[in-house]
Amino acid sequence: MNTFASLRAVRTLPLLPSFRRRPESSSASRHQELDSGLRRNDGHGRFGVVVGAILALCVLFSSPAFAIDPLPFKDHAEELRFQALTKQLRCLVCQNESLADSNAPLAADLRRDVFEQMQSGKSDDEIKTWLTARYSDFVLYDPPLHAGTMLLWFGPILVLVAGAAAVFVIVRRRAKVVPIAQRAPVRPTADVEDDW
Amino acid sequence: MNARLLPFAGFLLVLALLGFGIWWSQSHDPREVPSPLIGKPTPQFSLPLLEDPSKKIGSADLAGEPYLLNVFASWCFACRDEHPILMHEGKRMGVKLVGFNYKDEPADAKRWLAQFGNPYDLIIADLPGDVAIDFGVTGAPETFLVDAEGVIRFKYISPITPEVIATELLPRIAALKQGAR
Repeated sequence: MNTFASLRAVRTLPLLPSFRRRPESSSASRHQELDSGLRRNDGHGRFGVVVGAILALCVLFSSPAFAIDPLPFKDHAEELRFQALTKQLRCLVCQNESLADSNAPLAADLRRDVFEQMQSGKSDDEIKTWLTARYSDFVLYDPPLHAGTMLLWFGPILVLVAGAAAVFVIVRRRAKVVPIAQRAPVRPTADVEDDW
Repeated sequence: MNARLLPFAGFLLVLALLGFGIWWSQSHDPREVPSPLIGKPTPQFSLPLLEDPSKKIGSADLAGEPYLLNVFASWCFACRDEHPILMHEGKRMGVKLVGFNYKDEPADAKRWLAQFGNPYDLIIADLPGDVAIDFGVTGAPETFLVDAEGVIRFKYISPITPEVIATELLPRIAALKQGAR
């Protein structure tokens, strides 16, 4: 049973009745085809429906597994190390995906290279150096600290310090205003609030 | 300055920062992977010729004169856009044009070239894609300008256009030839 057949089986579940009524849609012939499929499945009874639903659920939740190609790991620890390392590396093709997740052919090649280098006893840092020599820091999700990334790393602290300085200056200035307001308590609350 | 204008000044500052961000992201491609190989020798390689896999061409064979290395594949859509420009301008650029057939079945590549024409002086085939990784190739098309000493001088990602040839490639090729004299 292929994916579409199993999805078709799901559509016969009474939980999803709305799918069955769409005769006035523009692709009416396709729906007719689906409807005849429904009737066929109904004929097979409930067992087929349940199996189909289970298969459809399997397909739904198994998609991340497609990206992982079987590699002959020595032990579980090595596999964990491989997964931890490839999660820190960026796929150069689909750049919002890590090497661990990506399905791109280049990512598969790079995973194989990372694996082979691990087998030959290279450390994580050596493998990262090997990759950055070809693809620059771009391949790392964590940018390393050097002259070009100073602003990236310390920019937020800089902004925080600037903000703190601004608050400090404003508070100091207001602190000088308050005693004057206290000296002339004619309409103290109104004055202070006006200033705010 | 009136202290009441201070928040407004802060707002203008934020506005300027956001405006700069928009300008920056429009004038730069954030997806473009910078190549750390510019100014460095090409990786050592030895790859079979597409036409005759028994013959191998290596980085040492190509040294001695500048050349353009153009990464292409029959499966690459953008290469079809680039192809007519290489057909038209390839011979006029004054350097050897080396085709780098990337992760492509030889039969597919040959059929593709038979259909659209062959602009290359020679074509090396990298079916496993290992040499491409050494070159830092992220996809096709990509173009490398290599000088006579085998040093990568320039890399261009995405299809070459007549503008790229005129503004990026030709001046660099001319500079290389001037330096050689």
